[in-house]
Amino acid sequence: MAMIDEPLYPIAVLIDELKNEDIQLRLNSIRRLSTIARALGEERTRKELIPFLSENNDDDDEVLLAMAEELGVFIPYVGGVQYANVLLPPLETLCTVEETCVREKAVESLCRIGAQMMEQDLVESFIPLVKRLAAGEWFTARVSSCGLFRIAYPSAPEALKTELRAIYSQLCQDDMPMVRRSAATNLGNFAATIEAPHLKVDIMSMFDDLTQDDQDSVRLLAVEGCAALGKLLEPQDCAAHILPVIVNFSQDKSWRVRYMVANQLYEVCEAVGPEPTRSDLVPAYVCLLRDNEAEVRIAAAGKVTKFCRILNPELAIQHILPCVKELSTDSSQHVRSALASVIMGMAPVLGKDATIEQLLPIFLSLLKDEFPDVRLNIISKLDQVNQVIGIDLLSQSLLPAIVELAEDRHWRVRLAIIEYIPLLASQLGVGFFDDKLGALCMQWLKDKVYSIRDAAANNVKRLAEEFGPDWAMQHIVPQVLDMINNPHYLHRMTILHSISLLAPVMGSDITCSKLLPVVINASKDRVPNIKFNVAKVLQSLILIVDQSVVEKKIRPCLVELSEDPDVDVRFFASQALESSNQKKMPAPVTCFSNHNQTNS
Amino acid sequence: MNGGDEVAAAPAGPPQSLDWKFSQVFGERTAGEEVQEVDIISAIEFDKTGDHLATGDRGGRVVLFERTDTKDHGVPRRDLERMEYPIGRHPEFRYKTEFQSHEPEFDYLKSLEIEEKINKIRWCQTANGALFLLSTNDKTIKFWKVQEKKVKKISDMNLDPSKAVGNGSIASSSTPKHCLANGGSPDRSYNYLGNDFSFPPGGLPSLRLPVVTSQETNLVARCRRVYAHAHDYHINSVSNNSDGETFISADDLRINLWNLEISNQSFNIVDVKPANMEDLTEVITSAEFHPTHCNTLAYSSSKGSIRVIDLRQSALCDSHAKLFEEPEAPGSRSFFTEIIASISDIKFARDGRYILSRDYMTLKLWDINMDSGPVATFQVHEYLRPKLCDLYENDSIFDKFECCLSGDGLRVATGSYSNLFRVFGCAPGSTEATTLEASKNPMRRQVQTPSRPSRSLSSITRVVRRGAENPGVDANGNAFDFTTKLLHLAWHPTENSIACAAANSLYMYYA
Repeated sequence: MAMIDEPLYPIAVLIDELKNEDIQLRLNSIRRLSTIARALGEERTRKELIPFLSENNDDDDEVLLAMAEELGVFIPYVGGVQYANVLLPPLETLCTVEETCVREKAVESLCRIGAQMMEQDLVESFIPLVKRLAAGEWFTARVSSCGLFRIAYPSAPEALKTELRAIYSQLCQDDMPMVRRSAATNLGNFAATIEAPHLKVDIMSMFDDLTQDDQDSVRLLAVEGCAALGKLLEPQDCAAHILPVIVNFSQDKSWRVRYMVANQLYEVCEAVGPEPTRSDLVPAYVCLLRDNEAEVRIAAAGKVTKFCRILNPELAIQHILPCVKELSTDSSQHVRSALASVIMGMAPVLGKDATIEQLLPIFLSLLKDEFPDVRLNIISKLDQVNQVIGIDLLSQSLLPAIVELAEDRHWRVRLAIIEYIPLLASQLGVGFFDDKLGALCMQWLKDKVYSIRDAAANNVKRLAEEFGPDWAMQHIVPQVLDMINNPHYLHRMTILHSISLLAPVMGSDITCSKLLPVVINASKDRVPNIKFNVAKVLQSLILIVDQSVVEKKIRPCLVELSEDPDVDVRFFASQALESSNQKKMPAPVTCFSNHNQTNS
Repeated sequence: MNGGDEVAAAPAGPPQSLDWKFSQVFGERTAGEEVQEVDIISAIEFDKTGDHLATGDRGGRVVLFERTDTKDHGVPRRDLERMEYPIGRHPEFRYKTEFQSHEPEFDYLKSLEIEEKINKIRWCQTANGALFLLSTNDKTIKFWKVQEKKVKKISDMNLDPSKAVGNGSIASSSTPKHCLANGGSPDRSYNYLGNDFSFPPGGLPSLRLPVVTSQETNLVARCRRVYAHAHDYHINSVSNNSDGETFISADDLRINLWNLEISNQSFNIVDVKPANMEDLTEVITSAEFHPTHCNTLAYSSSKGSIRVIDLRQSALCDSHAKLFEEPEAPGSRSFFTEIIASISDIKFARDGRYILSRDYMTLKLWDINMDSGPVATFQVHEYLRPKLCDLYENDSIFDKFECCLSGDGLRVATGSYSNLFRVFGCAPGSTEATTLEASKNPMRRQVQTPSRPSRSLSSITRVVRRGAENPGVDANGNAFDFTTKLLHLAWHPTENSIACAAANSLYMYYA
């Protein structure tokens, strides 16, 4: 056992703990691998540390995962790019382990290293590694190999390129579905590196194999690759090769495949261009919108706006809109909800007239949906439609919908609508708000669910920001302050919370004249919870009001509270006092300086 | 053990009948030894290659056995797969390892005790020499990895471990493995290793890496994932999909689909729970994926029907693609009809064409392409029919017997009482029907009446009903011991070898 000099002690511990019994310590050491490497120097890192790590391959997965990640950025520590190949063996081993996340990380790191390696090194060490993995005894190695071709291929000499393509084609027909899935997943990024002539021949035949796989899970991934592959091809080739496949897939027996198509279709449209879209993809999409399986309709409905953006308005009105009408009364609430979340985006696409004529009735019927999510989704996107047709046409239906949501018996629904109130306020304008929504906002402050009261307090603040302090002084502050006398202490606490949120928005003047007295008064409350919350609020007000006010009003109150019989009250009061002492420094930086100018 | 009547070995049956011989027993009971409840075997499963066998017991343990007669280490796996096993050898197994898979738990929300008993074990795809399996009790499924790990002896540390005692980690290294604790988790000591800490360009020569000297290995089972909180009722089955990525778990009313890699969500694919539980007439008793078609799965019910569903059709498979049930014979209805019709187990044959089902009295073989009725019915213990009333009273009628098919699909087997199990030939024209006892002398109780097709519905569909054996074995009902029931058994995937559980003992036979 060696004796280690004092300054080296920590690094020595770090090295020793690479083999500690405790996994947490091993993990710690692995995460500091770069430190160890720097301590050992480049040469010993290459000759000792890396081989040492290569042998350390039966460790726990967490450790292996960390190791795979660290090695990906290890080039500087082994002496630069010319030595990058020494990093390959340990990562190659990690590419074969059983745990998927470790393998994926190892592949990612290998790609990162390979991307920096010199061409000759790639040919001499990286490509053989890919070939070894692809011929691996266990499926794990073969799965990993699929992700490495995109790095290996571009620098390979011609003969080797042919071989690599052949190997990949083998992987696409592997016995193990896991390998075929990996091949399908990586086909797109491998194809991106392949020369156009081979793309049309070799890759397309691999693609065809995968699209006819009898495992649904493989076909699913092949669909996912459709769009990526399509974008690599010339539009006419794409129309010739990808289009029939995707049209076929859109009628696949498996709903999961159709679901994937529904999600991807608009991307394929971009790849094939307008004419085939009109002739083939629009009918396919219409079928998906009318699919038997609700999951497929959900996916299709969710993409309706994106799809319409690609089409010209006439096509959208002629073909898609009738389906949208059907979907708005779909039997599945999830379909209607998916539709509601995107349908407002169709307004800018269709233009004002079509929106008023065609979409508005759908909006209105969705606003009356029995399922709250549907209504909420419409309300959340109100701004999109406002830009096109203005809010007036909707406001008649909007108010009942909002009121109903505001009083929904599920608190999560109430919570959701509160979140949209500032948006609604900005879209509907002060007038509408004053008449209809102001009372609701006050009502939520007295909700029986804490989360709602909390959100309501926040909402009050956001409204004050939206409409400005003058408006708030008239329409919010008095109503809020009234409630400080509520017999329930929890409601009084909500008001204190609202005050602390409002104060920065209202500025020092109003805070001193209106808010502070209420808070000071509350310090006489008989409930200790209120009192220590008063202390907390006062602490937050210290930053807003003038120093003289702190001395005259806040400190005396806090001093009194700091002698309270209750231990918690004393604690928070003294904490607040402490921060008031620190405030003796120059004026605080607040974002509402314009209001600060008026006082002092 | 049971003092049954000795019956002389039956004259040689049809030529293709197998001659079963005792091979091995694990955990044999000595005379007078009492069986501990926790030791009773509750699940048996061979892996796909037949090189490993797993058993689970009521104590929540999983025991693994490995085949010894074909172990040949130098041969690459792919060659091994192609290799024909030399004739004349029969599979022999040895104990490999065991681990505690489940512990008894208490569900505080429902005030329910959750037993640790292993209900099912399923092997998953082997990778890198590590074995993977799923085990489940009533509520929780676990994914296990069993792997050889090097036992390391570390030397050449930078720091003298004896000097590091102060850091207190020696005390925690109570493991018997001779690893040196190198002391300390001094997190604060890393503090002065900030990124600006500068090292000399050549490194620090006095530092060295630990050296691993010993290379013994040691089997370690690690629980990789726990799939919990997805079942309100008791899980009766788990089954892997041929895609190697998903599996299902079935309880009395629902079947859930999982991805092996994701333990915090599953998809409900079958839900037979009625809106009002008083309308409940039928529960799911067993479910299995098709061996090769990733989208096909079959489940059986307490009413004696088997439903095959196509996962491609819809996300929630409320409607089945195919329904297999036997029309009730007119006039035969009794109080017990429904109870004994309940299917306790179904298995797909290896090619996926046939489904074998076990109800209380019979084994039935169904052709997946013929839903009018079973292609063959085998009476397992017809002599019990007059005693159904007794069996009902002592609850034996609710015993859940498993069934299995040979790898070649030519024979089927299932268990019965008195530690007996029966093997039937199901190839066209076969009359094989053998009774064996789970003991060192399996043929001791054999009653091999050349079984006759008792009812032939049609020559085209080769519906045969046979195996109704001579009840004369026990004229006095006492000889049959309802407490020694052989519920669990498994057929080796490639050879004629059966593993079966008699209480806590695992018996292996070959032919």
